Amino acid sequence: MPTLSLLQLIVALVVSVSLASVMVRLLRRRRFVSPVDRATYETLHTVSLATRSLRDGLTPEGASKATKHLRSMLGSSAVAITDTATTLAWDGVGAHHRADVRAQAEPVLTSGRTLVLTERDMTCSDPDCPIRSAIFAPIVADERVVATLAAFGRSTSAGLVRATEELARWISTQIELAELGRQRTRVMEAELRALRAQISPHFIYNCLAAIASFVRTDPDRARELLLEFADFTRYAFRRGGAYTTLRDELQNIERYLALEKARFGDRLRVQLTIAPEVLGVAVPFLAIQPLVENAVRHGIEGKVGDGFITISAADVGSHAEITIEDDGTGSDPDTIRAVLAGESARDSVGLGNVDARLRQAFGDEYGLVVETAPGAGTKVSFRVPKFAPGVTLGG
Amino acid sequence: MNLAATAGNPDWGLIAVLFVCIVTLIVGSLGLRLSRTTSDFYVAGRSVTAGWNASAIGGEYLSAASFLGVAGIVYSLGTEMLWLPVGYTIGYLVLLVLVAAPLRRSGAYTIPDFAEARLQSRPIRLVSSLLVVGIGWLYLLPQFQGAGLALATVTGAPPATGSLVVATVVLANVAAGGMRSITLVQAVQYWLKLAAIAIPAFVLLWLWLRQGQPLPTVSQPGGPFAGAGIGFQPREHPVYATYSTILALCFGTMGLPHVLVRFYTNPDGRAARRTTVIVVGLLGVFYLFPPIFGMLGRTYLPTLPDGTRSDSVVLLLPSAMSPGTLGDILSAVLAGGAFAAFLSTASGLTVSVAGVIDQDLLSGRLNRRSGGDLPRTHSFRLATLVAIAIPYAASWLTPSVSLADTVGMAFAVAASTFCPLLVLGVWWRRLSVTGALAGLAVGGISAIGASVATVVGIGGSTGRGWIGSLLAQPAALTVPLAFITAILVSLATPGSVPKNAARLLVRLHAPEEVTTGRHTDT
Repeated sequence: MPTLSLLQLIVALVVSVSLASVMVRLLRRRRFVSPVDRATYETLHTVSLATRSLRDGLTPEGASKATKHLRSMLGSSAVAITDTATTLAWDGVGAHHRADVRAQAEPVLTSGRTLVLTERDMTCSDPDCPIRSAIFAPIVADERVVATLAAFGRSTSAGLVRATEELARWISTQIELAELGRQRTRVMEAELRALRAQISPHFIYNCLAAIASFVRTDPDRARELLLEFADFTRYAFRRGGAYTTLRDELQNIERYLALEKARFGDRLRVQLTIAPEVLGVAVPFLAIQPLVENAVRHGIEGKVGDGFITISAADVGSHAEITIEDDGTGSDPDTIRAVLAGESARDSVGLGNVDARLRQAFGDEYGLVVETAPGAGTKVSFRVPKFAPGVTLGG
Repeated sequence: MNLAATAGNPDWGLIAVLFVCIVTLIVGSLGLRLSRTTSDFYVAGRSVTAGWNASAIGGEYLSAASFLGVAGIVYSLGTEMLWLPVGYTIGYLVLLVLVAAPLRRSGAYTIPDFAEARLQSRPIRLVSSLLVVGIGWLYLLPQFQGAGLALATVTGAPPATGSLVVATVVLANVAAGGMRSITLVQAVQYWLKLAAIAIPAFVLLWLWLRQGQPLPTVSQPGGPFAGAGIGFQPREHPVYATYSTILALCFGTMGLPHVLVRFYTNPDGRAARRTTVIVVGLLGVFYLFPPIFGMLGRTYLPTLPDGTRSDSVVLLLPSAMSPGTLGDILSAVLAGGAFAAFLSTASGLTVSVAGVIDQDLLSGRLNRRSGGDLPRTHSFRLATLVAIAIPYAASWLTPSVSLADTVGMAFAVAASTFCPLLVLGVWWRRLSVTGALAGLAVGGISAIGASVATVVGIGGSTGRGWIGSLLAQPAALTVPLAFITAILVSLATPGSVPKNAARLLVRLHAPEEVTTGRHTDT
């Protein structure tokens, strides 16, 4: 028995080692690189790390994370970032100088020009302190000096001054990009508000006309439809979080379809195939309704005869897949591409806005997928992860 | 080793197993169609009800270890092992009281999701993912062994062949996209398994009554039945072993990879609680039956043929009690049930493990290598292959540990790692990232170390002395150790407590209507 188990142990080891080596080889197929190349790669890597910390602009946490990487790029003893109010971050030796930094940066903040402080300008009680000179470079965003980048060391050189200036300029770009990101979020929020308010006047007119036609012939149905209309508007105008459950969203779509059916009668045929497991998935508020509205518009309004719309939500493991398909007129793929890229504002705020919100919530691989051709109907689908960090109902 | 002669007609057994395999594959390939309930209207009425969801949880949870292992361990180790089925059930009670509703409200689909949502940290997600994979493998291992055993016992094929057959079936099934979280399919599985074990149990009990209720012939002091309850190979330190096992089962259930995933289907926290209550009832009913096989086995099979594991007592019993067609049919039904148990649990686990490997460990890396050109299904299939290959390889390397014991280790690791993470995460505001990581590391390393030592059989003297007992049943030591580590380190590192902890806890504990402002009256 002991010999057998020893044999088994050896076999197990061999199997796992060979498996591991195959995996490692598959995962990191590295080629030989020259020292210059390696230095380039390392610098680029450090830059990418610093970029990540500065994604939200100049926050104290982001700045303190970024200074670490900045210091390794500059090779100086210490690095500090100061904004107009206070010193945001200090990394490196001689932290007792931190208190003076804000005051030293003042001329840079007002003039916007690089400032070099030599041993004469720096006072320090500690004879061994390596902080003997400093370079302050302005960080400019929107043509305003918003912060300074300071590098400290025993001595300065023209090269270090140049490097600090370049790095400050690079940070400026990052801050502008972060500001751009914030603006994009604001625009999207505004669009969502518009989407909420933008139940199209046509739709309201058509609904009320359809309901009116039932008032005499079928008062009960007219009453039901009015209640559906009330619930539909209440949902669309609700205040609250940016996300809702797939259940609520689909319920609202049912109301919408009931109203459209009152108008189109038997011409509009709808099939809902919903896996009950995914009803609890969180989706952006009003993410599906605009797509269904598009399907109704293209699937029925633009053509003669019946229109058939399929709405399905399927469970695919850690994701839900939602598909809206119509057999209507279809469109030119290039037009749709332009809409999704935000180049054309054609008739649908819907498509581009939904796409942007999905990407913003879950990441770029979760955008809309549109399959269409003239005369061949349209199929719009997207996936939603069952869990995504930061995506919560309510709140 | 002519097992076929003792376990009924091999043809009947083979037919039953083939039947189960084919039905599983067909249902798996039809899965997508079955999962779509087509209707014109009324989404709200289409939620999965608590009863269906509970049946589905039971269907996925009742594994080969429950079907064969419980009877086997009661048969070989005696009545003190009756705690085992109680423990398998009581874990859901603990789950119900401590974490069911808050976990549902967290919106997490897997345990790594919860860890990330609660602690806002990527490293802790990665560690949790690795642990999910480890626990999944430890739980899959006895499933493969059990399936090989079932096939070997009913057909006489060598166990390695049996394991290979089922590994292939599960691989085909999962890679084809079947058996996903299709509630209906898993729910029916529970009722099939219950029927497959309850009907033979009633028939055998009836035979036993008709044959004059013979009691086991054991020459032990203290009365005939008391003697029958004592194990063949009694363990050392039985009191410690029993308490440690119960502790592992109580706190381990909440950490099993395929359990939390199912709770996501519940519409809200209240439904999650209701589901758990029903699960406790359903499992309780099922676990009434395996011990019957253990006790009847003592009477009719005082010794097992050489080279036969005690886990096969369920399959051998019918032929021993009633040689002939009735015995054959019952054996076939039990073999089919055991196989169904194996397939559903193994598929559920494989899907969970492969999902984690794919999402957290493989997909990102593959995308980076291939520039995102690889279709998502490819990486999931590769992950499925890895998820099955490793425990399959381990299953023929470690043939000597009983099914219920290996499953016990999976529970012990889950209890020592995820239980502190979940319980403290749900109930304690001051849990810090560093504390949670330290708890996971200490609990994980100690429990996994003990399991590996037991499985490999270090020193060849496993199960002997205090060391052996501690290694075989580590939970009584490792669970408190993990809790204490997580608490102390958290208290020492208040800086790494996530900022939104208080707000998140409110969301976990308050009813949904309060936090989302959603009106349920519409």
